[in-house]
Amino acid sequence: MKLKLKIWRQKNANDKGKLVDYDIDGVSGDMSFLEMLDVLNTQLIEKGEEPVAFDHDCREGICGTCSLFINGEAHGPDRLVTTCQLHMRKFNDGDTIYIEPFRAKAFPVVKDLVVDRSAFDRIQHAGGYISVNTSGNTQDANAIPINKEHADKAFDAATCIGCGACVATCKNSSAMLFVSAKVSQFALLPQGKVEAKQRVLNMVEQMDKEGFGNCTNTGACEVECPKGISLENIARMNREYLAASFTSNT
Amino acid sequence: MTVLNSRVPEGPLADKWTNHKNKINLVNPANKRLIDVIVVGTGLAGGSAAATLAELGYNVKAFCYQDSPRRAHSIAAQGGINAAKNYQGDGDSTYRLFYDTVKGGDYRSREENVYRLAEVSANIIDQCVAQGVPFARDYGGLLDNRSFGGVLVSRTFYAKGQTGQQLLLGCYSAMNRQIARGKIAMYNRHEMMELVIVDGKARGIIARNLVTGEIERHSAHAVVIASGGYGNVFYLSTNAMGSNVSAAWKVHKKGAFFANPCFTQIHPTCIPVSGDHQSKLTLMSESLRNDGRIWVPKKMEDVKAIREGRLKPTQIAEEDRDYYLERRYPAFGNLVPRDVASRAAKERCDAGYGVNATGEAVYLDFASAIQRYGKEQAHIHGLDENDKDLVKKLGTEVVKSKYGNLFQMYEKIVDQNPYETPMMIYPAVHYTMGGVWVDYNLMTTIPGLYAIGEANFSDHGANRLGASALMQGLADGYFVLPYTIGDYLSADIRTGKIPTNLPEFDAAENAVKEQINGFVNNKGSKSVDYFHKRLGKVMWDKVGMARNAEGLKQAIEEIRAIREEFWKDVRVPGAANEYNEELAKAGRVADFLELGELFAIDALHREESCGGHFREEYQTAEGEALRRPEFQYVAAWEYTGNPGEAIMHKEPLEYKNIEVKERSYK
Repeated sequence: MKLKLKIWRQKNANDKGKLVDYDIDGVSGDMSFLEMLDVLNTQLIEKGEEPVAFDHDCREGICGTCSLFINGEAHGPDRLVTTCQLHMRKFNDGDTIYIEPFRAKAFPVVKDLVVDRSAFDRIQHAGGYISVNTSGNTQDANAIPINKEHADKAFDAATCIGCGACVATCKNSSAMLFVSAKVSQFALLPQGKVEAKQRVLNMVEQMDKEGFGNCTNTGACEVECPKGISLENIARMNREYLAASFTSNT
Repeated sequence: MTVLNSRVPEGPLADKWTNHKNKINLVNPANKRLIDVIVVGTGLAGGSAAATLAELGYNVKAFCYQDSPRRAHSIAAQGGINAAKNYQGDGDSTYRLFYDTVKGGDYRSREENVYRLAEVSANIIDQCVAQGVPFARDYGGLLDNRSFGGVLVSRTFYAKGQTGQQLLLGCYSAMNRQIARGKIAMYNRHEMMELVIVDGKARGIIARNLVTGEIERHSAHAVVIASGGYGNVFYLSTNAMGSNVSAAWKVHKKGAFFANPCFTQIHPTCIPVSGDHQSKLTLMSESLRNDGRIWVPKKMEDVKAIREGRLKPTQIAEEDRDYYLERRYPAFGNLVPRDVASRAAKERCDAGYGVNATGEAVYLDFASAIQRYGKEQAHIHGLDENDKDLVKKLGTEVVKSKYGNLFQMYEKIVDQNPYETPMMIYPAVHYTMGGVWVDYNLMTTIPGLYAIGEANFSDHGANRLGASALMQGLADGYFVLPYTIGDYLSADIRTGKIPTNLPEFDAAENAVKEQINGFVNNKGSKSVDYFHKRLGKVMWDKVGMARNAEGLKQAIEEIRAIREEFWKDVRVPGAANEYNEELAKAGRVADFLELGELFAIDALHREESCGGHFREEYQTAEGEALRRPEFQYVAAWEYTGNPGEAIMHKEPLEYKNIEVKERSYK
């Protein structure tokens, strides 16, 4: 199929940036969206032009590196997939496709479609861990049985890949889904309960510092999340946060 | 040629590691603060090493090319992690895990390293649970296990099909705690470009900031390479797009020996190639072979009808299917090791029984598992076991709970529903057992330079068993390196900070800048990928699943020719001092073009078949790998100016605690 692409080009963080038109032909339905961009880039390089910069790595939907706002949707029109798993069979011959970076104040553009998501890392530094040393002298793994329902819910929350689709989608650029997934994973496990109060307070504080917006319960994040992280996590984080605010000594 | 000293401690096998730990030098906590360690790579090995070294008190500088350490490719590991916990009471033990691993590796790994790996495996699970890794559990709240290829027990711990992700996030969280304490300085989007050696010791690296293009000098008292494997030398593999050999290759060129480069794992269950545009291959976890049955049609007319779309696989009667693994290997069936399963698929496809348009695919079928689980569920809930629709529905739910994300991934890529029709799979390059040579302490032949995880060579021999990569990465990083590195660093407590204005840093930085300037000023006409794809094709066709002397000789010539053309005609757009992915790729492909040659040379010299290395000239009458006792050694190559002139050194392999015999899975 033949497509018209309108791609955001921006030299660096200080450049203003603009949409540039490209035509591409010979796209097959079996190609992934990123493979379609590979084809475009090879053509650009051979013409002596600069290829379009975009983030990608594992190309199997798990590393969370790829992003892209495609026709106004994070990771494009398909559900429960990242851009690297989006296939061109979801598009039709003659389509015009708008390709933009994930936009948020806390995600400055590095170049073209590449953005800086290190704010997510800094939120994790603030408390996204259990304070146990890696000495190997912990108790036996089966010493504390964990209710299967809680274990499964913790797992579901832990499958967040940190791609930032929730932030890009949210009209407030809120990172609540991302932060609540980590808070929930640990709050649901006995190992995580010890530091639960301090964790939620610290992570939320850092989230606010980074310039992410607030949650207004629109729920767009849950719809666009490639891993289907549930809004229930945000509710849990709010409960944890409230309880910690009232009862914490620090 | 010299014979290498692997510095294995004395004493009985089961006591070696404990005795060694008791005897080696330690660095006291106050002195650890005076010592810097660089860790390159933040996957399971690098991430766990960085976190543990920082906890111990060393000043760690960690580097990754990704935008966050959480994205290292360990994250893509699906099926699980082995540990000799014997929670299932099925007779597992440290010795049995050791035995399975040495046998699975076709007697080409170092016995003592493997025993240590098995010994610390149980600790890994304890550690991960304490970190909040949400492993799968049963209804009693205890940890669940499943089975992987090449073993007869259930010792694999898992978190659905996302085990690597969960373990890596555990590691990442341990790193985050140390980053917050200021004990790890994290350098994201940085690539190691060169190793710096001062007075014969590894003392630092030259790194490139991938966002600004700036070339940076970083010094330390020791350097740890944890940069993963080199499967992308094949262009198409299950590795991430950015996975590369460069850190390992740069240290090789500076004097670290590179061991057994030809030992590469071709994983049997990957989604087949669909066209020329393809950029990578996607794995379908080996855990699927717990429940999936592999087959091709028995009759050639059925194969033809399937390829022409006249027949669906579900329409082929049971007696017309060839479950070739169950037929050839009744004892292990669908759970034979990866090398055996891959070769068996190739054998059927070469004989013309491949089931897709390219003739390179076999079926992985879940219909009987869905039936079995469905009946079991119906029985448990007192429902009608003969109600076909109900049984299918219940069975589908069970399969979904076990492998849901894998089935979804398959459906998105292939556009077929694997609950309704069998998956199509074909082998693909997945993991590299070869790597930087290390001694028992995980130190390379350069003092102060260590290699851990997939980047080193030691534990998997000629074939890695499923769910053992995660185990090795975490064992090296959490429990082995942090001890052994202290022995070396104890001599450095009075050294003081290593200055970065030494002439050795100048020289290394100049070499890096020269290469970069060469690339951006080269007036070539072809993209980096053009050369990478050509290299990959030569590797797959002639240095892939089956190799022979003639093909390998041709491959060596062809790789040299591609390399020459690459330097003349590669086009790298953009500038050196900016975000420039093509420039980063060019450096990586330049290294693959050298490694590829050494890889083929190693495969040519090894006149035997073992594990993933299959030389057509050396096979049994039944087509199984024919191992030869005279090759019972590690081939460690020394760089002398170009890969074609590498000198081989041997580390003889002795098995004192396990009988070397024919590796049979029948």
